[in-house]
Amino acid sequence: MAKITFITKDDNTIVCEADSGSVMELAVQNGVKGIDGDCGGVCSCATCHVHVAPDSVERVGEAGEIEKDMLELDDEANERSRLCCQLEVSDELDGIVLHVAH
Amino acid sequence: MKPSDHPDPFKQARIEQGVSEIDDQNDPVNMVLRLKDVRKCAHNWKTYSSEATPGRIVVPSEVNIRDTRQIPFEVDPPKHGAFRQLLDPWFKRPLQDDYRDKLRTQISALIHEVIQQQSIEAIHGFSLLLQSRALTLLMNTPESEADTFISWGTHVFRSEDDPLDAGKAQQLYDYIDQKIDEAEANPSEDLFSTLLAAEVEGQKLTREQIKGIIILTFAGGRDTVINMVTNTLAYLADHPESLKRLREEPEIRTRAIEELIRYFSPLTHMGRVATEDAQVCEHAIKANSRISLCWASANRDETVFENPNEVVLDRKINPHVAFGFATHNCLGATHARTIMQVLIDELCQQVDHIDFVSADENIEQWGKFERKVGYHKLNLAFHPV
Ligand code: HEM
Ligand code: HEM
Ligand code: FES
Repeated sequence: MAKITFITKDDNTIVCEADSGSVMELAVQNGVKGIDGDCGGVCSCATCHVHVAPDSVERVGEAGEIEKDMLELDDEANERSRLCCQLEVSDELDGIVLHVAH
Repeated sequence: MKPSDHPDPFKQARIEQGVSEIDDQNDPVNMVLRLKDVRKCAHNWKTYSSEATPGRIVVPSEVNIRDTRQIPFEVDPPKHGAFRQLLDPWFKRPLQDDYRDKLRTQISALIHEVIQQQSIEAIHGFSLLLQSRALTLLMNTPESEADTFISWGTHVFRSEDDPLDAGKAQQLYDYIDQKIDEAEANPSEDLFSTLLAAEVEGQKLTREQIKGIIILTFAGGRDTVINMVTNTLAYLADHPESLKRLREEPEIRTRAIEELIRYFSPLTHMGRVATEDAQVCEHAIKANSRISLCWASANRDETVFENPNEVVLDRKINPHVAFGFATHNCLGATHARTIMQVLIDELCQQVDHIDFVSADENIEQWGKFERKVGYHKLNLAFHPV
């Protein structure tokens, strides 16, 4: 079981738990504002953009090349940006904190 | 080649030049063909504007047949954002359960009907009906309005012999005028009344603006949805193993839908007007000339997609631009995706297989490129489970 914390643009903190699926799906199921997941998680819509909290970065890891290309053109992108549909929920991610980008 | 295949006419030009010029009524267009370039130009609205003379960003240009500016389509930021803020919640309604349920009732009944028949012509006997009925949900008008939309035929803007027919567009403008009058006299919960009551940046919308918004829900959502639905039926008829797989593995349906939309790319390209001298992959773009963002070519870019010319139903990473990219991304995408979800679910439930009887392909001509966008006629026979 992994506990994942989302902090929205309007400073709401939502703590969710899951043991499978993508982080985007988890956010959508819990109504996290700013995560729409329009494309269902195939890396085409960028409506699942998060900034990984500095001390979670190592565990979350780097974006792949296609994901980086998507993020490059997002006005809110920074070096800690990820599209969270590309993150699989696992024990590895237990305790991470994600700031919703939009 | 199989009859449901959609070949990629842009491959060579995309690999060798990246940009290809075509003529259109003496106002040439540089088609941008690579995925990264298409995304960059779509993102860069300051250099590549949508707010040109109304009709000029459409290819073929509609400058000579209309003056109404389409909103939000032909508006640049920041004004564009104010309109999207107003419209986005309305166009997200397809995510609600009762919307989905009503759509399911419509589509289920339609499939039930076509199963009884020996064979059907799928565009007039299925896709047009589905699209028109579903549009009444999007506009929240009585379902009986669908009969009017159906009576207009597949092309609201064009007659058989004239691709740019101003007279035909007039019937749509007249219909919209009449509906705005009715909504003024008797406000309801439909899109017309909602727009009449709405404000953008503290101002009521003008009648011209309301027309510009409504016309776009007809224009943007007609051919695109009809082709998406028709092409999906043709593909499943031609690939019975895929229908079987979708039935047995419901978890891949979301990916399959994105993949089919990538592969079909119902909207081939959309234009922009350069506001300054610029460059796309070393190709000069002159100020006040036109480019187009070719979604269809970008979606077959071999530097991004493995096996770009194959439908890979469970394609996991699929950064397609069939619904556009950045500022002007498709306002109707939620509606379109919901239609596909319900359609696939209901086909899996009710239909064992579909026979591909015969077809007459619809090939668009863009300069030297010939692109199959769908069918003029498609005859199919549905068989129940
Ligand atoms: C499979 C079906 C559809 C496809 C492939 C599609 C494709 C697209 C694309 C590529 C764009 C971007 C145009 C640009 O950047 O200039 C777009 C914009 C748009 N589409 Fe769709 N579309 C579809 C269905 C619909 C539907 C059902 C509606 C509404 C009823 C709709 C309404 C619009 C509107 C209003 C815009 C302009 C948005 C803006 O400027 O902010 N589309 N569409
Ligand atoms: C008032 C606005 C619009 C008008 C008057 C209009 C008019 C037309 C006309 C005349 C054609 C036929 C072109 C030809 O045969 O060469 C056409 C085709 C098409 N339009 Fe539009 N259009 C409008 C807006 C849009 C928008 C916003 C979209 C999508 C975002 C769109 C998508 C398409 C598609 C996909 C086709 C090709 C359909 C086919 O050939 O089967 N249109 N439109
Ligand atoms: S959900 Fe669409 S890119 Fe992540």
